[in-house]
Amino acid sequence: MAALEEEFTLSTVPLGAGPNGLLGVEQSDKTDQFLVTHGGRTVILYKVSDQKPLGSWSVKQGQIITCPAVCNFQTGEFIVVHDNKVLRIWNTENVNLDKVFKATLSAEIYRIHSIQGTEPLVLFKEGAVRGLEALLAEPQQKIETVVSDDEVIKWTKVFMVFRHPVLIFITEKHGNHFAYIQTFSSRTLSKYTLFHGQEEKSVIQNFTASVDRKFISLMSLSSDGCVYETLIPIHPRDPDENQRVVRSLLLKTVVAGNAPSGVALTVLDQDHVAVLGPPLPASKECLSIWNTKFQTLQTSRELPQGTSGQLWYFGENLFMLHGKFLTVIPYKCEVSSLAGALGKLKHSQDPGTHTVPHFVNWETSRGYGFGSQNSEQSKRILRRRKIEVNVPPPAFEQLLSTIKKDSEKDIEVELCKFLAVKRTPDFHAIVGDIVLELLGRHTTEPSFYPRNSLMQLIQTHVLSYSLCPGLMEAALEKTDVQMLQLCLQQFPDIPESITCACLKIFLSISDDSLQETEINMESVSDCSDPVQEKMDEQTEILQNGFNADEQNCDSCDRKLNQKPQDAAEETTSCPVVPKRAALLNAILHSAYSEMFLLPHLKDIPAQHVTIMDWICLLLDANFTVVVMIPEAKRLLLSLYKFVKSQICICSELNKIEVSFRELQKLNQEKNNRELYSIEVLELF
Amino acid sequence: MFSSGRERNLRGCGLLLADAGGARCPPCAVGMGEFKVHRVRFFNYVPSGIRCVAYNNQSNRLAVSRTDGTVEIYNLSANYFQEKFFPGHESRATEALCWAKGQRLFSGGLNGEIIEYDLQALNIKYAMDAFGGPIWSMAVSPCGSQLLVGCEDGSVKLFQITPDKIQFERNFDRQKRSAVHKMLVDRQYMGVSKRKCIIWGVAFLSDGTVISVDSAGKVQFWDSATGTLVKNHLIANADVQSIAVSDQEDSFVVGTAEGTVFHFQLVSVTSNSSEKQWVRTKPFQHHTHDVRAVAHSPTALISGGTDTHLVIRPLMEKVEVKNYDAALRKITFPHRRLISCSKKRHLLLFQFAHHLELWRLGSTVATGKNGDTLPLSKDADHLLHLKTKGPENIICSCISPCGSWIAYSTTSRFFLYRLNYEHDNISLQRVSKMPAFLRSALQILFSEDSTKLFVASNQGSLHIIRLLEGSFKHLHTFQPQSGTVESMCLLAVSPDGNWLAASGTSAGVHVYNIKHLKLHCTVPAYNFPVTALAIAPSTNNLVIAHSDQQVFEYSIPDKQYTEWSRTIQKQGFHYLWLQRDTPITHISFHPKRPMHILLHDAYMFCIIDKSLPLPNDKTLLYNPLPPTNESDVIRRRTAHAFKISKIYKPLLFMDLLDERTLVAVERPLDDIIAQLPPPIKKKKFGT
Repeated sequence: MAALEEEFTLSTVPLGAGPNGLLGVEQSDKTDQFLVTHGGRTVILYKVSDQKPLGSWSVKQGQIITCPAVCNFQTGEFIVVHDNKVLRIWNTENVNLDKVFKATLSAEIYRIHSIQGTEPLVLFKEGAVRGLEALLAEPQQKIETVVSDDEVIKWTKVFMVFRHPVLIFITEKHGNHFAYIQTFSSRTLSKYTLFHGQEEKSVIQNFTASVDRKFISLMSLSSDGCVYETLIPIHPRDPDENQRVVRSLLLKTVVAGNAPSGVALTVLDQDHVAVLGPPLPASKECLSIWNTKFQTLQTSRELPQGTSGQLWYFGENLFMLHGKFLTVIPYKCEVSSLAGALGKLKHSQDPGTHTVPHFVNWETSRGYGFGSQNSEQSKRILRRRKIEVNVPPPAFEQLLSTIKKDSEKDIEVELCKFLAVKRTPDFHAIVGDIVLELLGRHTTEPSFYPRNSLMQLIQTHVLSYSLCPGLMEAALEKTDVQMLQLCLQQFPDIPESITCACLKIFLSISDDSLQETEINMESVSDCSDPVQEKMDEQTEILQNGFNADEQNCDSCDRKLNQKPQDAAEETTSCPVVPKRAALLNAILHSAYSEMFLLPHLKDIPAQHVTIMDWICLLLDANFTVVVMIPEAKRLLLSLYKFVKSQICICSELNKIEVSFRELQKLNQEKNNRELYSIEVLELF
Repeated sequence: MFSSGRERNLRGCGLLLADAGGARCPPCAVGMGEFKVHRVRFFNYVPSGIRCVAYNNQSNRLAVSRTDGTVEIYNLSANYFQEKFFPGHESRATEALCWAKGQRLFSGGLNGEIIEYDLQALNIKYAMDAFGGPIWSMAVSPCGSQLLVGCEDGSVKLFQITPDKIQFERNFDRQKRSAVHKMLVDRQYMGVSKRKCIIWGVAFLSDGTVISVDSAGKVQFWDSATGTLVKNHLIANADVQSIAVSDQEDSFVVGTAEGTVFHFQLVSVTSNSSEKQWVRTKPFQHHTHDVRAVAHSPTALISGGTDTHLVIRPLMEKVEVKNYDAALRKITFPHRRLISCSKKRHLLLFQFAHHLELWRLGSTVATGKNGDTLPLSKDADHLLHLKTKGPENIICSCISPCGSWIAYSTTSRFFLYRLNYEHDNISLQRVSKMPAFLRSALQILFSEDSTKLFVASNQGSLHIIRLLEGSFKHLHTFQPQSGTVESMCLLAVSPDGNWLAASGTSAGVHVYNIKHLKLHCTVPAYNFPVTALAIAPSTNNLVIAHSDQQVFEYSIPDKQYTEWSRTIQKQGFHYLWLQRDTPITHISFHPKRPMHILLHDAYMFCIIDKSLPLPNDKTLLYNPLPPTNESDVIRRRTAHAFKISKIYKPLLFMDLLDERTLVAVERPLDDIIAQLPPPIKKKKFGT
């Protein structure tokens, strides 16, 4: 659940809005330390948790800082630009900015981007991008012009995609917006025209973006108060062509339309965005956290003294101006889960070890197959349909013909082309048709198994079991656990028999062959590699599940005794290797009805002892949850009755015992009286 | 409760029928005759509770101290025979007991003295005040050369063990409160008490683990380096009072106030991992009361407590051969006689810790058949209650066969009384001015004609004293064999008064000629200690019973084993005979039937008829059923030399008063339990 914590003020010096206000907040190479650039002349390094400045640097009178200072993560130095063209590079030991390294460039700089894993990138106002090292080697080099006249850069951001930086900047010209994507792996620059769709009249006020594997999801906050999402492919099909991208509505009216002062938007994570602005026309400005998946407001915080329409988000902190002070609001979004809600979310006591989630992690497990999410998906499709009615279906026919006769490689290429274009309303049906076509060829020609293409198609998130019957059967036949996992994660409507067949395969596949396959480990992501080694060891021991020693009663005792003390230890070690765990998780996450599943579960041979361990572990982890479900109520009631009757029996037995003891005493007394007797004994 | 292994075996034998040796049966053998048995249950003996046990691995001996200060030594190699004992003392309550430097035994007690025992001479070597008030705990350093005692004043004192004494070395004054916990190793680690509970015992393992047992019923494992609690076992609702760790430190035993003994073992977590863990493995409930002391031998868990039983529970996995070492042992009664008998006057003398009781048996004129209880014409009389003077326990006592003399001894004094009977009146007269050498006796015996008194002193010497009317005369003293200081514990005199046999605990039996006052011969030494001996009338055959249940017959005049003894050694005793778990404590003979030997242990009484064939392992050893309608032939076929009766138990004494009269002294366990404090009530059912 997303939550905002208590805010605190960072700067003691009041800041003005506008050019003399806050220019930017950037991360430094040390956690918890941030560079705050005041419009005008000062850069201050803050330690946020201590709320105190660690250093402050100013440019000379007459000079003016024109772009926020950043930290070069590779060298730990700070870089700032003043008077548009002058670079200053320094470190914490330097006192006077005037005396530090200086480089004067030939063109005006819009922004310096610096993120972990790459050198700082300099974006010029004319749209050109340079790496810092190259620039410093030859500061006066000629900088080309990319954008046209009157085209102004409005916003920019940089991402790391597959270890290479990707830079996006948005320009505006006569009310039209363009997106430029500069990739550095392939050194391509592609331009997109942002199509406003039906909301032509609204003016885009703020941008934010997040990156997926293949798309940059650009979100924009428009003057109508809505958040729109535009998906821009990172690797365009044809870089030279000017392409159009359409935006779709993501959140409706998060701020009041035509808000007088600044509004701002920033992406927090996959599902959450922070929005700065007044929620209602007359209300005070607010910081709100929205869940984009469920389109719900998670939390909000009023900023009565007003804000500047600037919002930064780093790590766990949101930075903004509140009144005239730079304010930090820590933001936390704990993974929500049923177990967590019921207080079962327990953490390992040993601070050194990882926390292993004992619950099914619905949030991060990418379970697109589930009802609510699925409807979400279809909603989006519907929205798109509304927007993209006019887009003609691409070379679908051509793809089909390729599938009929060409090699797998060719099909892959064609498929990539097909998938890169915009999605039509009947996209899911088309994808289903493609899969069926591929499977059709697979049945007639068993050696033909276009695995990559199929995987790609499944990852479009639009397929379901019923759209492409036979796909999972084919995967089962090929023991393609990776694809099965993917299907289990994606398809909302897998029949229980297939789920069971998957389970059988997941249990029976050898660890060796598992090692070779690539499996999405997200659901067991907490098990890091060193742990995995330990698990492997563990598996060897427990592989047989049973050792002869345990027949001994002593060791049974031992087992029983061990249990409570070692609960922590036991739970950290999983009886199966992480890869198998990931596969089993996929089964557990999939939708099934137990009525239909049970008959098939009976077919699972008992030799798969691991499943017992696994289920036990799962039951342990979710015990409180299990106890509280309504189905358990009857069992609990009868247990209660049983225990009660047991107690009755015990108390009665105790009474009987006491009575017997009294009788015994009486008997003894009778015997005791014969302290002396003379008897006759005959020995034979 | 008393279904010992032996009994079960005997019962299990009931299906076997022997076919051997029937033809050789002499006709006289059928029927051993009828006896009138005086069945006595008024010997009100209650053993003292066990306070400490200490196991010595080197000699496989167990030292047990009781609440009255008595210290007993059990030889675990010799069928758990109680081979030695040191009499108790009222002011010397033993609180700690330990073996050091090989086989030296030390104790500490409430009088603040450290005592070393002389295991040869069976007396106290010396007592040394530790000057720290009552001693509560005692431990020896791993190398065995240093002794630590924990005193009431909270100090722990270290003594160096010198060859003939101990020497104070230093004082650890660390705790204001009294050091009530045991210090098992000489490291300076004091009890870790968390709440208001008493740590009854701690053990310090070489890996740094400290195990504590406390009054809250917990067994806790601590890391001594960090002082942190590693593990906690709540095992009882009452105090856990004792702990003992095995030498290998892979197993330990604790005893609780509920009478339960728990076994903990260091076991591997999984079958092939090296990681090991302390796990509670087996609970045993052999006690009804507090288990005050436990010990851990390599093969057994030993426990003792307020209920006076010493329980030896073998660890089955450690016992290699499933012989009778593998059986549970419960030792309740001393392995020596506390009762003597005047045949002539039908008197019984009972020995208690601090007094003697003299009883006259009743009589009957009625007769009956087997199993009948006869009406008494005269009940038994309590004639005398003789209290000792001083704090010392009585070591031994004896009444003369004529009933006119009573002698007893404590550690420092020897008492001789003359009894005069005038009709129903009895008068007692102490014989004063005992000679100085008669200070302490380990065994006292009167000759059959009551004219001589034989005294085995703790210096190894044997004194012969002639008794006259109201006075005495020292006749002779047999000095111990040169080089030996072993005390004689058992004496036997021949009915004709010519021979005296004396036995110590390990060396052979010496036979002295009383007429010529010289050593006649020595019966070859045997591996197992002698538990009883007697000389048969007319033949002067010496019958010796050993703790391994072997019985030898040695002809004193011939200085050799008798033919019968050789035969039975050749053939071997019946396996069930050898599996009995209490020693034979008394042997007597029938005046008219020279072929009969009468002997008994705590659970059976046996007449061996040497004229009958010996039983082999296929023969039914114990056949309590009288022959009913079986023919004489079958009876003859099944008849063998051992006639056993198990009617009287626990049997402390049995002797023949005359040809047709026996006296049996029983001490039912229920009567002992009735005199103990009530045990902690434990619900058998439910929570």
